[in-house]
Amino acid sequence: MKILSRIYLILVFIFLYAPIAVMILISFNSGESTTEMQGLSLYWYREMLRDSATLEALRNTLVLSISSAVISTVVGTLAAVGIHKMRNRFMRGAVMSVTNIPMMNPDIVTGISLMLLFVFVGTLLGLESYLSFWTLLIAHVTFNLPYVILSVLPKLKQMDKNIPEAALDLGCTPIQSFFKVELPFIMPGVVTGLIMAFTLSFDDFVISNFTSGSSFETLTIHIYSMIKKSVKPDIYALSTLIFAAVLLLLVVYNMSDRSERADAKTEKRRTLRFRGKEGGAAK
Amino acid sequence: MKKSFLERASAYPHIVWSVLFIIAPLIFVVYYTFTDADGAFTTENIARLFTSNYVLIFVNSVCLALIATVICLVIAYPLAYIFSRMREKWQRIMILLIMIPLWMNFLITTYSWMTILEDTGIINSILSVFGLSVHMINTPGAVVVGMVFCFLPYMILPIYTVMSGIDEKLLEAASDLGCSGWQRLTKVVMPMSLSGVISGITMVFVPSISTFYISQKLGGGTFQLIGDTIESYFVGTAINYHFGAALSLVLMILILISMAVMNHYTDAEETERRRIK
Repeated sequence: MKILSRIYLILVFIFLYAPIAVMILISFNSGESTTEMQGLSLYWYREMLRDSATLEALRNTLVLSISSAVISTVVGTLAAVGIHKMRNRFMRGAVMSVTNIPMMNPDIVTGISLMLLFVFVGTLLGLESYLSFWTLLIAHVTFNLPYVILSVLPKLKQMDKNIPEAALDLGCTPIQSFFKVELPFIMPGVVTGLIMAFTLSFDDFVISNFTSGSSFETLTIHIYSMIKKSVKPDIYALSTLIFAAVLLLLVVYNMSDRSERADAKTEKRRTLRFRGKEGGAAK
Repeated sequence: MKKSFLERASAYPHIVWSVLFIIAPLIFVVYYTFTDADGAFTTENIARLFTSNYVLIFVNSVCLALIATVICLVIAYPLAYIFSRMREKWQRIMILLIMIPLWMNFLITTYSWMTILEDTGIINSILSVFGLSVHMINTPGAVVVGMVFCFLPYMILPIYTVMSGIDEKLLEAASDLGCSGWQRLTKVVMPMSLSGVISGITMVFVPSISTFYISQKLGGGTFQLIGDTIESYFVGTAINYHFGAALSLVLMILILISMAVMNHYTDAEETERRRIK
């Protein structure tokens, strides 16, 4: 049984990693073919780094994903706080249902619905090209928001309601209590949301395909147009570099995850101590 | 206690944003569906959907997406079970290994699959050693392979999450009370992991039915899926926003119905469990 399950695991991993292995191998091809290895070289890496369009697309993608991640994290965190404190059940349910729409809808529908909005408003205003960096940013913030909200809400639910109230009793203003008590507590959720928003935005193709104009090309759109023409191993070289960066990020993130858990431990201890004092005061 | 401004207003930016960029766009999908190029009301777009051509496209897409979903489920279920019985350190490593391919851009990995499946590709050059050759690219099968590859992790992760939450003691209790290994699986593990299976199915089915890139590359344009058709009406040469909107509206309704059916099942299960308690 054990051997069978081992074999099964290996087969599934071969399936999941075969295309990645092919990509890495062919990125070192010295020839122009993407099917046949002619020899090993770093030629395509050099070629790719010399290609100004690719570098421009990379820069664009970073600008877009960082700004959309930051905006959606700020708006989403505030929204999560607001939703958490909503007393009106109906209102809360309605907001949550609408929030979930971009997650449930297929990306293509989200993409074209936004495109139709931009087209309609654009023609109404008589603009010649209505798709730009700004429409792309709006689209990305829109599909990032639910992920941020859903990663912050559970943290808010875990928090003891008495803690921010105690802060208020001890003379904090609501703003101070938010920044000094609530925000540090929900920080792990906020960071998870930020990272998720960044990666979703960095990797998005479908929604960007419908909401980006010709003036602002992201990396995925650039790859799409490169693939439409002729494919050379330079795309594989680019992807291999991105893959290496992602691996590095994952390792770093996993390490910070560990320190986060240590944080959670100290947090718990702090809460316990706080409770103990509270009990003492009651006596 | 009086509510502070922060408490009252902090959700407002999000609510305004949702109305402007989630609800309004969906209203525009409906608006474009029922108007023609001059903005006059018409049901022609809807009527055109029911011509045999488009019905066939919908049937094809549903079939391929269902096949991909079932294959994902069959592969993922035992895998998630194996993971959940591993030591905790190994579980973390396995889940990381499942997630890494998700971080790869699917445009590139799909292209790699072309290299693997082509007539002169990797699989065929291995087979040619034995004097065999299989035509795989530009067939529905190749599209299904692409879909399974892209969406398999979305099936594994939710099922694994639910399974790793099943208390080991429950399984021990089942054995103590005389369950065989197979009974343990069907009577304890399967009912308890149903919610993970349901969310896995929706997470695979929805992107599979609406994909357009995978079918273009691995299907070679020999047959069209809904996603391809919608894309061709928005980006490309034959632009027709109104008919494209009608197609998307139907796709959306199709997905909403299938989700409602799925949720119905989980809800029924839930009430059943509560009743037993």
